[in-house]
Amino acid sequence: MKIHEYQGKEILKKFNVPVPRGQVAFSVDEAVRAAETLGGPVWVVKAQIHAGGRGKGGGVKLARSLDEVRSIAQAMLGMQLVTHQTGPEGQKVRRLWIEDGADIKKEFYAGIVVDRNTQTPCLMVSSEGGMDIEEVAAKTPEKIHKVWIDPVSGLSQSQATDAARTIGIPDASLAQAAQVLQGLFKAFWETDASLLEINPLILEGNGKLKALDAKFNFDSNALFRHPEIVALRDLDEENPAEIEASKYDLSYIALDGNIGCLVNGAGLAMATMDTIKLFGGSPANFLDVGGGATTEKVTAAFKIMLSNKQVKGILVNIFGGIMRCDTIAEGVVAAARDVKLSVPLVVRMKGTNEDLGKRLLKESGLPIIPADNMGEAAKKIVDAVATR
Amino acid sequence: MAILINKDTRVMTQGMTGKTGQFHTRMCRDYAFGKQCFVAGVNPKKAGEVFEDVPIYASVAEAKKATGANVSVIYVPPAGAADAIWEAVAADLALVICITEGIPVRDMVLVRDRMRKENRKTLLIGPNCPGVITPDEIKIGIMPGHIHKKGRIGVVSRSGTLTYEAVAQLTELGLGQSSAVGIGGDPVNGLKHRDVLELFNNDPDTDAVVMIGEIGGSDEEDAARWARDHMKKPVVGFIAGVTAPPGKRMGHAGAIISGGQGTAQEKLAVLESCRIKTTKNPAEIGRLLKSVL
Repeated sequence: MKIHEYQGKEILKKFNVPVPRGQVAFSVDEAVRAAETLGGPVWVVKAQIHAGGRGKGGGVKLARSLDEVRSIAQAMLGMQLVTHQTGPEGQKVRRLWIEDGADIKKEFYAGIVVDRNTQTPCLMVSSEGGMDIEEVAAKTPEKIHKVWIDPVSGLSQSQATDAARTIGIPDASLAQAAQVLQGLFKAFWETDASLLEINPLILEGNGKLKALDAKFNFDSNALFRHPEIVALRDLDEENPAEIEASKYDLSYIALDGNIGCLVNGAGLAMATMDTIKLFGGSPANFLDVGGGATTEKVTAAFKIMLSNKQVKGILVNIFGGIMRCDTIAEGVVAAARDVKLSVPLVVRMKGTNEDLGKRLLKESGLPIIPADNMGEAAKKIVDAVATR
Repeated sequence: MAILINKDTRVMTQGMTGKTGQFHTRMCRDYAFGKQCFVAGVNPKKAGEVFEDVPIYASVAEAKKATGANVSVIYVPPAGAADAIWEAVAADLALVICITEGIPVRDMVLVRDRMRKENRKTLLIGPNCPGVITPDEIKIGIMPGHIHKKGRIGVVSRSGTLTYEAVAQLTELGLGQSSAVGIGGDPVNGLKHRDVLELFNNDPDTDAVVMIGEIGGSDEEDAARWARDHMKKPVVGFIAGVTAPPGKRMGHAGAIISGGQGTAQEKLAVLESCRIKTTKNPAEIGRLLKSVL
């Protein structure tokens, strides 16, 4: 789960990580009032969307007067902000964060993730703040310094001080920098974050470090113990079909192709998408119905897939195993009837009572195209969509 | 022989009395030597009771002492699953197979950290995995037993149904399996592809291995490099997620391309460079394996 920058900064404050003073605004008037309260003389108006790369897309602007705050807020609120993470259609800006301008002397980078190889948290710091860190990692990996953290004792003071020194933070600022890095780790760990990224972490003219940005991702498996984080969820930032799917415990991700696919199991679902592509088609979604492909779930899945107007055909690939194919077939037939399916449907299923399942599909009178293996299934749906 | 488990393995089930635990304990006991293999359940609130001939004990240690079981399978719900893993490790079981999906990463980091610091010898498989099966002997987990056939091919995979897909193809081609191991789809887990390849390499009853991977992390690359230097048997591979977009979690918690790392293309390239044959068509996994025998 993702949150907004301003919400992330609120969390950082609780862990004693300094952030600029600021206020959130949902309207132009609120933005101007926020600027008045802050007092100026310089403000930064920042569009709040969940995607990164906002600065380059025009979502971060400096204002030197209240009038400027007003005109920037007017232009920004409601705009479709396009960044390298939003896709070409962009994301609508509904919230602004107005904050004090900062006296930036130097920009650094700090990020924390769980390293899958060592199975411990890992702090990454760099002197190359304010840049696209993926680019830094690709071009000058030696400029990213990694510190592996003991999950029980946390980031030690000496580790934090060394890390700060390595990226060129001046001696006079090291003590505070270490506190900031330790605070970042605590914030990451105690909120069950999967990613915490501060880019840039700045050194101000007064020698103090401050988090100028805050990007948190949280482990969705741990949200059950963080109602305070769940409360920060902004549904406007999520794909409506993905929200609808989660209500039925379906794992759905929208893609840009035209063949919907409904599969049980995440690995098989990915493999099914790949096979569609292999045969020249393009998948419209990832959809894992999970262990129980019940009529209710399959019907919901069909409705969600078909809510995407790009979808010109559907491939159902169920490896039943323990699950019975006649049950799956009944679910598919009921769902196809319920949604009055008008696009080609290819069904491949495997498991107990396979023949009975196939007979039910055939006897339904619906134009369902059966397939015996997933290669054949993919080929059939690609052909069916191409000839329409 | 096979790897990890056989008909002489004695298993206890943590979380046996829940809905999932009951269902799968029944299925496992109905498979091959299951009735003699599954000897205990663990539930502190139901100690002394019996579930379909299987006695229930208050703790893993008690179940081990009373029955001699030194392997455990876990169906405990996510919030308590990491504690259940630790209880089994603390009782010095040989092998723990955790089926539970949805355990917080932080909990797994802490369990794995403690296992390393205390130099524990218990092997962990999972979490978020289908389990392990040695066909015609024993099945520990949620996979459908009937698609398997006894034989000499090893299977290791991060996914559930995709593994069943590969196993069914092998069986249809008359190629039985020595063991099939699901290592799970979580980012922080126990045995990795590499570890399981090593077990198959040392198993005289395994002739070749199918390795199934997916986007996220670098386990498949590590395994491929290890295989290039050490493996005496042919390995073939399939990697799911060529069409997966970056930054999106594809069902499994660990199946995510982040920071440009962990793409299927990159994994396939490394596998091929380590002389592991791969296919882009998951319907061809069985035939690919047959071609290298």
